[in-house]
Amino acid sequence: MHAHAAASAIPYTVEPRPDTGLYNARLGIWLFLASEVMLFGALFSSYILLRVGAPEWPQRQLSIPLGTLNTFVLILSSISVVMAWLSLKRKDFGRFKLWQGATVLLALLFITVKSFEYHDKFTHYFVQTRDGQTYTGHLEGNPFNLKLSRLQALPTPPAEIVFHPDAPAGSHAGAAHPEPLKLKLADLVKLEAFGPWRSTFYAIYFVLTGLHALHVLGGILVLGYFWGPGSRMWFTEPERFTNRIEVAGLYWHFVELVWIFLFPTLYLL
Amino acid sequence: MEQASHAAGHAPPGFWRRYIFSTDHKVVGIQYGLTALVFLFIGYGLIALMRWQLAYPGQPIPLFGKLLLAVLGPDMADKGIMSPDLYNSFGAMHGTIMVFLAIVPLAAGAFGNYLVPLQIGAPDMAFPRLNMMSYWAYFCGGVVMLVSFFIPGGAAKSGWTSYSPLSTVADQTHLVDGQTLWLIGMVFLITSSLLGSINIITTVMQLRAKGLGWMRLPFFVWAQLVTAFILLLAFPPLEAAGVLQLCDNLLGTSFFLPSGLVVGGQPLPVSGGGSPLLWQHLFWFLAHPEVYVLILPAMGIVAEVLANNTRKPLFGYKSLVYSAMAIGFISFLVWAHHMYLTGMGTKISTFFQTTTMLISIPSVIILTTLMLTLWGGSIRFNTPMLFALAFLPMFGIGGLTGLPLGFSATDIQLHDTYYVIGHFHYVVAPGTIFALFAGIYYWYPKVTGRMMNEFWGKVHFALSLVFMNLVFMPMFIQGLEGMHRRMYDGGATYAAGPDVSYGLTLALKLNVGISHASWLLGAAQVPFILNFFWSLFRGKRVESDNPWQATTLEWATPTPPPHGNFLEEPVVYRDPYDYCPDASGRDFRPQHEPDGPRPASPHRPGPGVTPLPHPA
Repeated sequence: MHAHAAASAIPYTVEPRPDTGLYNARLGIWLFLASEVMLFGALFSSYILLRVGAPEWPQRQLSIPLGTLNTFVLILSSISVVMAWLSLKRKDFGRFKLWQGATVLLALLFITVKSFEYHDKFTHYFVQTRDGQTYTGHLEGNPFNLKLSRLQALPTPPAEIVFHPDAPAGSHAGAAHPEPLKLKLADLVKLEAFGPWRSTFYAIYFVLTGLHALHVLGGILVLGYFWGPGSRMWFTEPERFTNRIEVAGLYWHFVELVWIFLFPTLYLL
Repeated sequence: MEQASHAAGHAPPGFWRRYIFSTDHKVVGIQYGLTALVFLFIGYGLIALMRWQLAYPGQPIPLFGKLLLAVLGPDMADKGIMSPDLYNSFGAMHGTIMVFLAIVPLAAGAFGNYLVPLQIGAPDMAFPRLNMMSYWAYFCGGVVMLVSFFIPGGAAKSGWTSYSPLSTVADQTHLVDGQTLWLIGMVFLITSSLLGSINIITTVMQLRAKGLGWMRLPFFVWAQLVTAFILLLAFPPLEAAGVLQLCDNLLGTSFFLPSGLVVGGQPLPVSGGGSPLLWQHLFWFLAHPEVYVLILPAMGIVAEVLANNTRKPLFGYKSLVYSAMAIGFISFLVWAHHMYLTGMGTKISTFFQTTTMLISIPSVIILTTLMLTLWGGSIRFNTPMLFALAFLPMFGIGGLTGLPLGFSATDIQLHDTYYVIGHFHYVVAPGTIFALFAGIYYWYPKVTGRMMNEFWGKVHFALSLVFMNLVFMPMFIQGLEGMHRRMYDGGATYAAGPDVSYGLTLALKLNVGISHASWLLGAAQVPFILNFFWSLFRGKRVESDNPWQATTLEWATPTPPPHGNFLEEPVVYRDPYDYCPDASGRDFRPQHEPDGPRPASPHRPGPGVTPLPHPA
């Protein structure tokens, strides 16, 4: 897809072929997106199969305000990515830089919010004691992704841990937070963060959103490249560059679309 | 970038760009072909060693036993005897290598890359750089698979199907085990075929020469196009499944691990709640369409060779095209016929039984039209034609023996027996591999400018045909006797049971014969290997660019085709298989030859073919 001795002879790299109405890269990205639909489709199907087979399915485990915020961030970026392409169509390179930059910043904001959400999960713990009591809550000092086996393997394992249990479900915000507990390490049989190993819900949540986040990161790389060094092509091959922005934009719309399905599936249902 | 990091040393300038990191579809095709042939050889080597263990259980392997002991250590091959773990590894990797690293790359990667642009009159693939990346992704995937043999614990050992939870719990002592590398390797291979299939589809849709309408495409191109669509849409679910299983193996998730799983007397410390059936659904959603990825390009090659050597058009060209499309579509709806015995329910079984019977219709149409193509032809029995002719009955046996497996009632008896092994090997080994041999002998002169030796080609053909059948035909008998396909001792544990029937002892004895036939089959490939390399330098030079007197566009290029392929942009005037004798004695008319009187025969009878206008 790049200027090359042989590639120069390949037809329809810029202008569309009359009978298909597409230039090569545009057909290529649609085919790629078709395979992406199958990829996420398989994962969504897995989600359905796991949920249908589960005796109970955890609900409302995720922060709806943060999820809503991220949904709006992506919707805004879908507007800016179109505006960037339109600016090129109007031959306004300055505007393009502005809108394309805005898209990249919005994508970065999405990733930032997402990483806060992930961090919350890896500092939120489940503990089970020998007498069968279970608690969820936070450890003193908010350590990241601690495991019982890792605590026990320390050169000097702590004799007890200070645990702040969550407020019971249904209590309103003003209610007194439960007193911190002191749990003896020797009494614990399980201590783990709410990572993908916690249950099949967390497993599919991390895989779906993780794969989506990888797609966002890929988008940041591509969109950022066309905003920065890649934009020099505008001055030599403006039509080809406009095509590239269109193709990247199609990909970006797909990434948003996946989120539009992910948000209700994981946060609301 | 590649140049900067690799071109140091004594290589002539441009060497790396021209032969290693080339973007030319022909070089990429040859790279695919040679790599895939090496993997074909490795895949055969694994099974040749396993066949010793099946024929002579518990005895040290002659010659190679010491090598295995030296390379893999006493855990795997103590005293040169194949251990159960090694047997399982070799079994899993034989299937993986043959399907994903040998046959598909050869059929779609090598033949597809080399021939599709030539047959449609294009200067190259639509995305040359992606093409190069797709080869190197395949190469990396292959390296990862090979490396997995040498890590502690050895390669993946849960079958090429990698069923969960077995594949997750098979090796609990190593965090990064063979199965992990298998999954990582598969991600590379899936990426490779994704890039390759996007490229093939875009190339066929966008780069067809002037006048080359859809119904003037050689059937081979149609076969590759349908194959590419299958690869594009069927592989992503396996990628999803692979990611999920990787999480099960490395992160401790439970996608495929049910609650209450007990391994080695200990409850497995995982959350549970997963579904082993989910893996099977996701896996077979790829792996059944994959069967058609294996067979469609082979049918394409056979169609080309048959038309050329019967000297007449294919019988029912349009039926072939529509059948190929139908196969591509229905192949997405048959996957669960591999899962009749999983308890997924009789209603679901009935559905998949129906779709399975439906897909046999277009398959039979293709086989029938190919056979009818022979009718009334003046057949030339050269080596490619012999392989193509043998493909027809061999694939026929493979297809027909699949019917009892497609019915859920008969499948209960036959499931996981040697009958299944016999069935799918007839499709892929004397079926697809024969077609690939036909293709290699047929297009070798275009690629190299020299013919392969006919005599040794025929020796190769005759011996391969005999030994292929001696290997796979007895497996049907073994399977009908109920011999299980995964027994390390070749079924000896069955025979030790209280109900030793005559048939079972016969089935056991057949193991020895099959093994010897399989080694002889390997020996029968020696003439091919020698012929392949000898002909590169000593083969008879071709006297024209079209030594087989064929009609399709790849023969309109210089030999071997230069960078950019065609000296002038080709224009297509007629159907792909215009074989018809005229007064001058010439019996073919190439697609790119304009209408009007031929130089040698000014009064050619018959209606003229008007060229299509440029597609618009």
